[in-house]
Amino acid sequence: MTTERGETHDHSVDPVTGTTTTGHVWDGISELNTPLPRWWLWTFYLTIVWSVAYWIVYPAWPLAQGYTKGLFGWQSREAIVTDLAALQAQRAAFGGRLAEAPLADVAKDEQLFAFARAQGKAAFGDNCAPCHGAGGGGGKGFPNLNDDDWLWGGKLEDIQTTIRHGIRWTADDQTRIGTMPAFGRDGVLKRPEVNAVASYVRTLSGLQPAAGADLALGAKVYSDNCAACHGDKGEGKQELGSPNLSDPIWLYGSDVVAIADGVWNGRGQAMPAWSGRLDETTIKALTVYVHSLGGGAR
Amino acid sequence: MTDINSPLPATGSDADDAPLYAPRRKIHPQAVQGRFRRIKWTVLAITLGIYYLLPFVRWDRGPNAPDQAVLIDFPNRRFYFFFVEIWPQEVYYLTGLLILAALILFLMNAVAGRAWCGYLCPQTVWTDLFYAVERFFEGDRREQIRRDGSRLTVRTFIDKAMKHWVWLLIAWWTGGAWVLYFADAPTLVKELASGTAPFAAYLWIGILTLSTYTLAGHMREQVCTYMCPWPRIQAALTDEHALNVTYRYDRGEPRASLKKSIAARAAGGKAGDCVDCAQCVAVCPTGVDIRKGLQIDCIQCGLCIDACDAVMSKIGRPTALIAYDTDLNVKARELGQPETFRIVRPRTILYGALIVLVGAVMLWSLATRDVAGISVIHDRNPVFVRLTDGGVRNAYTVRVLNKTLEARRFSIGVAGRDGLSVEAVGVAASREGEPVVEVGPDQTRELRLLVTAHEPPRVEGAIPLVFTLTPLDGGRAATARDYFRGP
Repeated sequence: MTTERGETHDHSVDPVTGTTTTGHVWDGISELNTPLPRWWLWTFYLTIVWSVAYWIVYPAWPLAQGYTKGLFGWQSREAIVTDLAALQAQRAAFGGRLAEAPLADVAKDEQLFAFARAQGKAAFGDNCAPCHGAGGGGGKGFPNLNDDDWLWGGKLEDIQTTIRHGIRWTADDQTRIGTMPAFGRDGVLKRPEVNAVASYVRTLSGLQPAAGADLALGAKVYSDNCAACHGDKGEGKQELGSPNLSDPIWLYGSDVVAIADGVWNGRGQAMPAWSGRLDETTIKALTVYVHSLGGGAR
Repeated sequence: MTDINSPLPATGSDADDAPLYAPRRKIHPQAVQGRFRRIKWTVLAITLGIYYLLPFVRWDRGPNAPDQAVLIDFPNRRFYFFFVEIWPQEVYYLTGLLILAALILFLMNAVAGRAWCGYLCPQTVWTDLFYAVERFFEGDRREQIRRDGSRLTVRTFIDKAMKHWVWLLIAWWTGGAWVLYFADAPTLVKELASGTAPFAAYLWIGILTLSTYTLAGHMREQVCTYMCPWPRIQAALTDEHALNVTYRYDRGEPRASLKKSIAARAAGGKAGDCVDCAQCVAVCPTGVDIRKGLQIDCIQCGLCIDACDAVMSKIGRPTALIAYDTDLNVKARELGQPETFRIVRPRTILYGALIVLVGAVMLWSLATRDVAGISVIHDRNPVFVRLTDGGVRNAYTVRVLNKTLEARRFSIGVAGRDGLSVEAVGVAASREGEPVVEVGPDQTRELRLLVTAHEPPRVEGAIPLVFTLTPLDGGRAATARDYFRGP
């Protein structure tokens, strides 16, 4: 029997395997009829039933406005909220202790200290690392938090205040503001005076001044304009946020050009206030973490 | 066998053209008594006894560790085995055990073929037990064949239902014992009984119940014949001196019924000892005919030896027509040459030596392993820090390991350059300038370690450092290496 398409239909038994054929033969090759095992078929039907049940029980179909909610109103968002609540509950034991412990006592309890550092590290990665670097290494204009040079103080309380209220963050009325004026741009100092004072400032930390620099002029300019904030020997004042100019750490670089640029244009990078954006426990954990990076003062 | 060069038969009904698939032939092994049956019962009792009861064996380790002799503690990441406690990073002991197990398997194979398959393999042990249950409810071989061949009666149905019920009970107990290795056994038993055990426990009991019921109750010898790789590997590893359950065809052939063989012998003709009673086939748990020689389905359990010996004793012929022997000897006897049994030969000596060597290395490393450890990771950002006094500091994350079951105190020192000071953040105690930390029993502690060079450092590249963890109780120190980097 041959159809119009040239297939032969002959439901005979294949002599080699003893299996019936489907009757489809192409170029003398016949297709054996090996039906699906029954268990497979039933499993397939079961999955269909399962999927229908799934539509009914869980949210499934989009509607013109909204979607089918499912029998029990299950929501993935709710599941996340539940999971988060479970996480909070898990953290509650240590979190509660951290919230209540005086800042200075956190480091005295080994487990609490480890917890605070871990939480602080996570919060640091989320909130502080974009400016201060993943490990608090800082960058130009962004202080390195690992060293022992602090603009606004490195004690636990100082760090906590800085994180809470930020620096030059005018939206927070308790923020701390210290301004390095733009001496050149505002016409207070002439270019030679700025260059001279830049070279003089380098000598305060033992660096070489620029060749042929007028150090006498620089010293005079310094004592007239800079010493009020930075101190006679350039030791800085943390209550004003004025940097120590006599140590080897330079936030914007120690070359004459960078220093002259600071004197001419002024400096004044801002740090946001985190109070209100982060809860007090997280700020406490961050404080402990930053303090423990290595530079924290006692 | 058809000669491949001969023209094909026109009908296509030749044996070579038989279907490529064979439906499973259900096997009804007959009960048998004898030496090897006794050995198998004994091994079964001992191995199952160990499996089911081991979790309840206690082993006192003091207050800081569980008192279960064998415990795989996943939540705390510890494995306890009597006096040994293994941490996750010591899993190589498991590798060593696997190597040892493989070598022992090879040695067993070189001495007595598939002794593992016939007596010790869990598949064999559980299947054997399930066969016994089957015979208990459905009767012996003939009874079972008769029942399977006739219509299902109420009696047969009840017997079969009872059989499956008992199978499931054994399987369930098998799964139940399995989970006891992963938690405190007495506690978990109570939790299971009161329905308060963790979900994973029920899940694994279910999985093991199902797998035991399926493998030992339904798949049986198919596991050995089709699923297990060992028969294939074994066939490649064996040699002509390995003892195997062998039909001594030199003595047995030509086989004939008792009457015919007596008549043939009386007439001065040749007749072998085999009376073709097929008892060896009837008792075989994998349904093979041992008289066809060594074959992949044969697990060499020796039950055919028992069956044949019983028949031989009954008809007054010498036993051991089927016995642990080698093909080499069968051929030798045929040719009238002396038999040779060479248990000690290069192969067995090599396996034995390797087993001793691997075992000794493992024992030695276990006995001398460090119970304190230190690992160091250098800070990546920043790599170093300049200080206001001109010094340079590097920071490290250090983890101190205390594998003993008591709290220990350690001092952490750093060597590699003069004038280095060490400080552990949050650790006030120190001894001779080195921070002193306490690590709880069987615990690790992570620390932030600051290493400072106060004099203006001349650091070019990296200075190698050695971190030394010294136990204050006088135990062996541990070291780790890293670098100090500067501008």
